[in-house]
Amino acid sequence: MQDITHAQRRRRDLIIAAVLIAVAACVPMFVKDVYVQNIMVLTLMYAALSQSWNILGGYCGQISLGHALYFGIGAYTTAILFTKFGILPWFGMLIGGFISAAIALALGYPTFRLGGHYFAIATIVIAEIAFLLFLNWDWAGAALGIDIPVRADSWLKFQFTRSKLPYFYFALAFAAVAWLVTWWLENSKWGYWWRAVKDNSEAAESLGVVVFKSKMGAAAISAFLTAIGGAFYAQFVSYIDPESVMSFQFSLLISLPAVLGGIGTLWGPLFGAAILIPVTELTRSFIGGSGRGVDLIVYGSLIMAISLMRPDGLLGLFSRKRKKEAVR
Amino acid sequence: MTAYLVQRRPREGGDPYVEDFQFDLFLTFPASKRRSWLWVPAFAGTSGNGVSGVTAETIIQSLASGLLMGLLYGLIAVGLSLIFGLMNIVNFAHGEFLMLAMYAAFFLFAYFAIDPLLAMPFVAAAMFIFGAAIYLLIVRFAMRAKTNVGMVQIFATFGLAIVLRGLAQYFFTPDYRSITHSWLGGKTISIGGIFLPVPQLVGAGLSILAFGALYFFIKRTDFGRALEATREDAGAVALVGIDQNRVFALGWGLGSALVGLAGAIMATFFYIYPDVGASFALIAYVVVALGGFGSVFGAFAGGILVGLVEASTALIMPPSLKSVGIYAVYLLVVFIRPRGLFGSI
Repeated sequence: MQDITHAQRRRRDLIIAAVLIAVAACVPMFVKDVYVQNIMVLTLMYAALSQSWNILGGYCGQISLGHALYFGIGAYTTAILFTKFGILPWFGMLIGGFISAAIALALGYPTFRLGGHYFAIATIVIAEIAFLLFLNWDWAGAALGIDIPVRADSWLKFQFTRSKLPYFYFALAFAAVAWLVTWWLENSKWGYWWRAVKDNSEAAESLGVVVFKSKMGAAAISAFLTAIGGAFYAQFVSYIDPESVMSFQFSLLISLPAVLGGIGTLWGPLFGAAILIPVTELTRSFIGGSGRGVDLIVYGSLIMAISLMRPDGLLGLFSRKRKKEAVR
Repeated sequence: MTAYLVQRRPREGGDPYVEDFQFDLFLTFPASKRRSWLWVPAFAGTSGNGVSGVTAETIIQSLASGLLMGLLYGLIAVGLSLIFGLMNIVNFAHGEFLMLAMYAAFFLFAYFAIDPLLAMPFVAAAMFIFGAAIYLLIVRFAMRAKTNVGMVQIFATFGLAIVLRGLAQYFFTPDYRSITHSWLGGKTISIGGIFLPVPQLVGAGLSILAFGALYFFIKRTDFGRALEATREDAGAVALVGIDQNRVFALGWGLGSALVGLAGAIMATFFYIYPDVGASFALIAYVVVALGGFGSVFGAFAGGILVGLVEASTALIMPPSLKSVGIYAVYLLVVFIRPRGLFGSI
């Protein structure tokens, strides 16, 4: 099998994505079970979040373990604007996105000088400070969080009580947009810069890549998309508190699908989420009810097994085969 | 006592499935509760923190408590630093190692009536074996990764942390336990009008001893020199015939034994439950990074600094915001010195 050209591969990716979106859009016609639909919404949401994380963590190689910060800001901005000022979630979503991007830029300025683990721990610590502040911020609900009043189904207010389908379609669109943005970025000047920065930032710098600026760009885009996800989550659950949207565990959950699927790859986050989220959800509902931690054991073992056996992610299963063929 | 929520009640209008998914995954309970739990015993014997009317006496009192706690933080964190210095791995299950050591001390006390102070060597020995086994069975394979090594290590040890937490829940139940009548527990002594809790005092003394022993060990023994040499240049060490794998395994054993010491002493004044490690793990990371990754002395200094900063933050801010001071100092330090205070790598 001869190698296909770069342009052909990109066109092929786009076609696969279009087919997948079309198929996914039809699935709710056959799947009426609310529980399954719920898993699908979560899977798409995590795929999109992880895709956003992947832009900074995967392509640009800046391992952020504090993305819950941007998610939380997206969720809180939407919820606060709606409950306190009556601003519709659609605007709140965008405002939250821009606030997050601005914060990412402000934080990027000092943190991008840090290397490796110092950077990762700085991201954890910054998110944790925000978490503690929100936990003690009475105006924003403190530890109790914010209840978003749900009255009637409405697209205007983006809230639905009877059906999950609107959320499903939004999550699908969100995942599609995150994928498309990544697809487009991958082949742009930025995409090449990022990979150069990831591989060797000194060498990239000497070849004329503006390392600092390109990291800032990745951070802003990544934060913006993550905040959109946060806003979606707030509307979906109609209740948020610091523990659910800003905790450290949640930061890890955002990055997990990308890491397990294939970090820095176009399909990795989607693939990882499609496996991880249903498995998590099913083990939890079938064996997690005992409260004895069996689901944790299964879940942790799964993470450990994948990261040990497939260090380049589950997608490596395919590419390795292809490489062997190419050698032949 | 089971101050612990297995399932959060779905809220009205909310979605039961989502709630479950979100909160159950790590069996966390509301953070407000977690964090307030954390500090109550740590400052037992002080006149109470966050109280109005800060006098010179309360300041000294707080700083003394902070210093003791800081020395313990150093002891908790030094194993992490040692392992990182040796092989560039951040063990994300370090908090769970602490948790296991605390449980070990608890069960030795509950079933064999061995006081934690006496049990300490046994706990440390058990943790040594456990740490070496974890290296040989898991971490060794994580290091083989050719691509994105950092993430593989983070998530292999993170997966391990979740498994250990799950196992603890399965075998020990999520209940809160505490050692009630140990030799040290609940006692305070007064030095010049300042009340110091005995467990922390002993823990701090132990921490100083452990750091001294570690320093001697690294500088004076063959294994210590092998450890130092492997840290500096693993390739050259292999050339002169030192088995790198063995050094790494012993390094993991030593690092885990140190956290075992800390766990045994912590068990005398702190609640023991499956998630207890999570509260200390982040502090341990900050201590290590603040001091500079891989620097043993850095962990010592970082621990003291974190303890003091925490105690002073508690004087001026509400207790629940205590950790903000630690985090802010970490950021301040790395923004000025990107390698931490004493980091060289």
